[in-house]
Amino acid sequence: MSQSQYVFIETRDPFESAGAGFVADTATALRERGRPVTVFLVQNGVLATRAGARGSQIGRMAEAGVTVLADEFSLRERGIEPGDLGGGVRQSSVDALVDLLIVPGTKAVWH
Amino acid sequence: MTNPILTVSLMDAPYEAATSTTAFRIIAAALGRGVDVNVFAYEGAVSLALRDQAPHANPVKGTSVEEEQHPTTKDFVAALLELGRGEPALTWVNCGLCVDERGAGNAIEGVTRGGPADFLAMALASTTTLVIPTK
Repeated sequence: MSQSQYVFIETRDPFESAGAGFVADTATALRERGRPVTVFLVQNGVLATRAGARGSQIGRMAEAGVTVLADEFSLRERGIEPGDLGGGVRQSSVDALVDLLIVPGTKAVWH
Repeated sequence: MTNPILTVSLMDAPYEAATSTTAFRIIAAALGRGVDVNVFAYEGAVSLALRDQAPHANPVKGTSVEEEQHPTTKDFVAALLELGRGEPALTWVNCGLCVDERGAGNAIEGVTRGGPADFLAMALASTTTLVIPTK
């Protein structure tokens, strides 16, 4: 079986989109099957990164071994400082996203 | 050694979604990192490169066209095409049927016309394909 890497790009506000749960469920399930998985939060997808955000899926994904990254530009636009971030998520960049996307065998999913 | 290739399909019309800006950022970052990029613009996204777009003044703020510096997506696309003029390369293909439906044939220089078969060929030749759907 191939060892594809999965990259989910989550753009939606988790507080208004039930689909954010779909991304977390799928990412976690893939990780539980041994696949490398990254969820890259961008645009309103970063809104649940603040420490203490209710209903955030980030902790669950991080505990499962999913790498969760947040776009620094989107964070800045929304006034979220690096020190505001909760556990399980790291500030990242579109450059880092491109580096992930060009790894051969990567499956990229935009949501 | 050949460059990695990223193919991106876009569907959002200009001035509708934050996604267009994020896509432009990804394309610029990829070109900056030596990645060849193919873009297949589908549905409303064919208007991103429409030459007829014009920046506007802002009567609410009382600013002129020059003061407002309103960015147009055609200028973003032109800047990306300039970045990808040589090595690495940016190829931008507009869906021809989508262009015809919208009367959006007056694209800026560097944008070509194609169809889903071109998108398939791009995807097959790419390291990774990123499909960016509308909401």
